[in-house]
Amino acid sequence: MQQPNRLRPFFENITFDREDNEMIVNFGPQHPSAHGQLRLILHLQQEQIVKAHPDVGYLHRGMEKMGENMIYNEFMPTTDRMDYIASSSNNYGFALAVEKLIDVHVPRRAKVIRMMLLEINRLISHLFWLATTALDIGAMTVFLYAFREREYLMDIIEDYCGARLTHAAIRIGGVPLDIPDNFIPDLKDFLDKLPANIKDYEDLLDTNRIWLMRMENVGIIPEEMALSWGCTGPMLRASNVAWDIRKEEPYELYDEVEFEVPYSDKCDNYARYKIYMQEMRESAKILYQTIDMYAETVKNNETELMAHSPQYISAPKLELMTQNYSLMQHFVLVTQGMRPPVGEVYIATESPKGELGFYINSQGGPYPYRLKLRAPSFWHTGILTDLLPGHYIPDVVSIIGTTNIVFGEVDR
Amino acid sequence: MAQHQVNYTQDNGLPVALTTIDKVVNWGRSNSLWALTYGLACCGIEMMASGASRYDFDRYGTIFRSSPRQSELMIVAGTLTKKHAEFIKRLYDQMAEPRWVISMGSCANTGGMFNTYATVQGVDRVIPVDLYLPGCAPRPETLQYAVMMLQKKIRAEKAGKAQRPKRLL
Ligand code: SF4
Repeated sequence: MQQPNRLRPFFENITFDREDNEMIVNFGPQHPSAHGQLRLILHLQQEQIVKAHPDVGYLHRGMEKMGENMIYNEFMPTTDRMDYIASSSNNYGFALAVEKLIDVHVPRRAKVIRMMLLEINRLISHLFWLATTALDIGAMTVFLYAFREREYLMDIIEDYCGARLTHAAIRIGGVPLDIPDNFIPDLKDFLDKLPANIKDYEDLLDTNRIWLMRMENVGIIPEEMALSWGCTGPMLRASNVAWDIRKEEPYELYDEVEFEVPYSDKCDNYARYKIYMQEMRESAKILYQTIDMYAETVKNNETELMAHSPQYISAPKLELMTQNYSLMQHFVLVTQGMRPPVGEVYIATESPKGELGFYINSQGGPYPYRLKLRAPSFWHTGILTDLLPGHYIPDVVSIIGTTNIVFGEVDR
Repeated sequence: MAQHQVNYTQDNGLPVALTTIDKVVNWGRSNSLWALTYGLACCGIEMMASGASRYDFDRYGTIFRSSPRQSELMIVAGTLTKKHAEFIKRLYDQMAEPRWVISMGSCANTGGMFNTYATVQGVDRVIPVDLYLPGCAPRPETLQYAVMMLQKKIRAEKAGKAQRPKRLL
């Protein structure tokens, strides 16, 4: 027991048994620039970090366990709450995994609509990243500009599915709705203005001395380190690995569209920032192509939006209303849920933050036996252990900013 | 010479307004609600959006602060987990009186869709709440409406006395 005396302060729950100058600082879990509920325990030598320990789990909501007690369609809205900045990409990853499991063929029009949603989500996510990171570093103007553009995209998404943040816009086997009439003109309007907007942000940031000092040569992740920590997405691409699942294992119609995978060999924060900006441009390119693809499906009169597979997926409304047997099947599917065959599946998709994977183990029942969500942010939080030592306190914020972690996804 | 002379008996009377201390204090309090950023999950993003360009919270005098000592309003936006519950209580206690709490979103109200082993089924089990805002996630407009309702509530309160202890569920 420590005795209170005049030379050493006495606190009932702190003991001073260290003789060196190392100071331990607690960062979070409610820190305005921790991007959620990240808690870091930092060991400091003066201003320099010697050891960092990320403590996660403050937003653990038990999603995987919930998934084991829900029928497959019921779990779809829960996936929204993982990476809540780009919800459709989670919906999509889950839908794709179940589709692989039950082996259905999604109609082309649904695929095109899904790709539009995915890329709009990527833009939303990257704009949000830019806004928050700029805010953390002190560039309030960029925050306001980027949020302004993001709101337009949210309006477009809202036109489609009615929700701003938690979309649940994708179903297993397709999409629930066709896109509304003003969707494409609005999207085109937005995309036409986007290059000028991105240029605005770059004009504000690229030559900004403060921005450069906080970004350049800070947070360097060498290639081996990135690979060994399981980094994916922009984090990996900034470390000189041109890896994009959309290119490597194309899903949906990504093999039919043309786009580049930006990558950089600088490995620092600034490289990551540049990659996010470049990816926005590439997303815009893909969106233009999907608009043309959609026009083609209209011309070819492909109106189907849901896969046809009566055993697993409810028939279209018209059939339900006219055919007794379809209605019975629909009733069973809604109340008891689909029963995929025995088997397991792992599907990885390129979410805005990296490789988003869904592992489903099905024992033939209406509930998954095991559901594992592989979220990119979790791995990107882990790398902070190795990345932060050697940096100074102000760098912590800019490094956390560029790793783009979202805590719904880390803790699930 | 003095052209600006006003005839007070005719033009709107004397430049004096009679009021009560309560009204003046509450007018000040309700129009400068500084909110503690308490974005826990998805709802926190909508809270940010209401502070950003389109919805512009500053019009109401609501400015987000990151220190509990400088704020009188806590907007709990998101899922509170059992691991985090301890901290929300501590931060609430650090806020100076008078203080108010808005619970934003289903998760903060009741635990929402997450009825699991890890989540607290409503922040009102830990700290007293003044205003519940339903939705998953509530739109920024609804958050603004909630702040306006809270302002109404504040204006109806007595300014002088210490706040009465609030009920904790
Ligand atoms: S109420 Fe909904 S949107 Fe808000 S934190 Fe909970 S799950 Fe997320």
